[in-house]
Amino acid sequence: MFETISERLGRVIKDLRGQGRLTEENISTALREVRMALLEADVALPVVREFIEHIRVRALGQEVMSSLTPGQAVIKIVNQEMVSLMGESNSELNLKTQPPAIILVAGLQGAGKTTTVAKLARYLKENLNKKVAVVSCDIYRPAAIDQLKTLANEIDVEFLASTVNQDPVLIVNSAVETARRHFSDVLIVDSAGRLHIDNVMMQEIRRVHAALQPVETLFIVDSMMGQDAVNAARSFNDALPLTGVVLTKTDGDARGGAALSVRQVTGKPIKFMGTGEKTSALTPFHPDRIASRILGMGDVLSLIEEVEQKADKEKAQKFAKKLQQGKRFTLDDFQEQLQQMRNMGGIGNLLDKLPGMPGMQQKVDAEKGNREFIKLEAIIHSMTPQERRKPDVINGSRKKRIATGSGTQIQDVNRLLKQFTQMQKMMKKFSRKGGMQNFMRGMGGKMPPGGMPF
Amino acid sequence: MFGFKSKQPAETESGKDRLINQLKLGLKRTHALLLTDVGDLLQGTRLVDQSFMDTLEDHLLLADFGVTVTQSIMDALPARIEGKADQAATVYQALRDLLHEILVPVDQPLKVPPAASRPFVILMAGVNGVGKTTSIGKIANHFIRQGHSVMLAAGDTFRAAAVEQLQKWGSKNNVPVIAQHSGADSAAVIYDALQSARARNVDILIADTAGRLHTQGNLMDELKKIRRVITKFDPALEPECLLVLDAGTGQNALMQTRQFNEAIGVTGIMLAKLDGTAKGGIIFALARETGIPIRFIGVGEQLDDLQVFNSNDFLNALFANSA
Repeated sequence: MFETISERLGRVIKDLRGQGRLTEENISTALREVRMALLEADVALPVVREFIEHIRVRALGQEVMSSLTPGQAVIKIVNQEMVSLMGESNSELNLKTQPPAIILVAGLQGAGKTTTVAKLARYLKENLNKKVAVVSCDIYRPAAIDQLKTLANEIDVEFLASTVNQDPVLIVNSAVETARRHFSDVLIVDSAGRLHIDNVMMQEIRRVHAALQPVETLFIVDSMMGQDAVNAARSFNDALPLTGVVLTKTDGDARGGAALSVRQVTGKPIKFMGTGEKTSALTPFHPDRIASRILGMGDVLSLIEEVEQKADKEKAQKFAKKLQQGKRFTLDDFQEQLQQMRNMGGIGNLLDKLPGMPGMQQKVDAEKGNREFIKLEAIIHSMTPQERRKPDVINGSRKKRIATGSGTQIQDVNRLLKQFTQMQKMMKKFSRKGGMQNFMRGMGGKMPPGGMPF
Repeated sequence: MFGFKSKQPAETESGKDRLINQLKLGLKRTHALLLTDVGDLLQGTRLVDQSFMDTLEDHLLLADFGVTVTQSIMDALPARIEGKADQAATVYQALRDLLHEILVPVDQPLKVPPAASRPFVILMAGVNGVGKTTSIGKIANHFIRQGHSVMLAAGDTFRAAAVEQLQKWGSKNNVPVIAQHSGADSAAVIYDALQSARARNVDILIADTAGRLHTQGNLMDELKKIRRVITKFDPALEPECLLVLDAGTGQNALMQTRQFNEAIGVTGIMLAKLDGTAKGGIIFALARETGIPIRFIGVGEQLDDLQVFNSNDFLNALFANSA
């Protein structure tokens, strides 16, 4: 998500950055570009207008004019305004109540409510160690209840059965009762998709809400939605006391317009965003980080968190210890590193979050990079344990065998061995005393030479 | 509400009226945005000045027309209304003509080819949650009412309970559904269905597929495979690759269309969920940018809430109160 908007804003920013002096005219041109970029990204028109006005006023004010680098100052303002548009910081779920804490989700058809319920359940279960139960009161869409049941089984949380001939209010009442008896910490209630102009259905969700008295009422919204997102959000916000928003399908190339407008219209924080097909693909929403991503400044914080969460700490520590002890870096270690990299969602995910990289993503075919990883792993897999420990023994005929075994060319094997030798040299520098510091100083923060396979 | 009504007799006058009314209702918001406000703007003897043009531009943008199409309309309009801009009717007519010109090339209803190449395959594709499965229920109903025999293929083997959902639509329409277990190879399911459809001499096979974001390379490859399988079964088949888009989608609909088109060669578009608010503008952007025929529009959740796209009807609904 956000790539195209950041690409367009990137151009504006580049132009501004070079300006030693800003005139009203070149600010206006820049703002016109920003306006177009935001509209193309489906940011709601009233929100765009307000946003542009804020920036214009501030850009023509003292803080920019007196700045030595006015271009930079404007960028800073855009960033600040964007953050304030999306809400200052991440808001967590509020589950502080007598259990079961009830979460109700609501939204239009096809926004991704049922999937989000499963993702939330998994998130609460795995990250906060909660005992979660889920129930569906979607008695309209064929097989909606089956869908939640299947997902609940998959992630192993309790599914409270309901049938299509029950009244939604009765369903949720008995679900709360059961959740209480089973000592569930959290009960997540899925509701039917409904149009915000459908009075009968909006009345129904109000009744459900009144019966549940949930601590969290989340509005689920598709990040690809157009100008209508604000109307829907406003209607739901008027009908229900929403406590937050979940933005779904952000792994597409939607430009995130909904993210920028929904918060503004409802005043409610975006708490999570859905980032993929799997039930694990849910991440807390950090407005500040998203704003820097939109402006192409990267999101290193999220990247670090992700690495911490997904990388196998034990393995990493073992590896670090091994290096410190001055042991050799072997092909086995190399392979493990590759594996970790893939666990982290591959090159695309990493590039997406590195500063100055979002633009790169178009140029570097992330999938090609990932395929390259798989190839490297296949080559290593085709080696004998002895070869992995002592690559020096690999001669011409062994290379031929490895290439055939891994379905690659001899050149690929050669390339891997060359890369490996380079990495080994680097690792040696690490393992010397104080090597890390020296190394970092030497590198000046650059990427390891030849360490990357593309 | 949302219950499934029994089949309506084919194309009765009242049935048709109901559909048009529904479409009107769905477009009411767009309509209100485009016309009522513009109408207010034009009340009295007010001339078409810059502020009028600005307001019109805003209204087009708010209706999801997109920056490019809006810009081109705004550029073309002044020449059309020159000299007679103070008459509201003239401005309406000029705007309507402009919009009609955009829609004419894509106004091509889906025709079932002559009996030679059976089954006629309709391959449904789209991102998650646009309403593919519901649309299948409605399209099946549409063709049954025209006297065709229909079969459904449960190609969405990924999403939980998608097969069950399709089976329910199948039993409502009283048509066979070819399905395998969840997690099965989607292309294999559809190949199975093709064999079965041919053996039973079925006219139309509608194949469901899992929703996929157009940015997911692997999933798009899977879709390509499904498309290949149809040709492999019988190279003479010319399937309709129908892309389902959510009418509430903004400019991203263009990206979706481009990517899906690249993958499987989209031959038609169905715009679903046109019964909400502020929708319809994207249809103009799609027509202008892709030129892919628009086949159907979905206007509700019931079995017969489907309309064959017709640019005149669409514009009539949009301009109902004018002229």
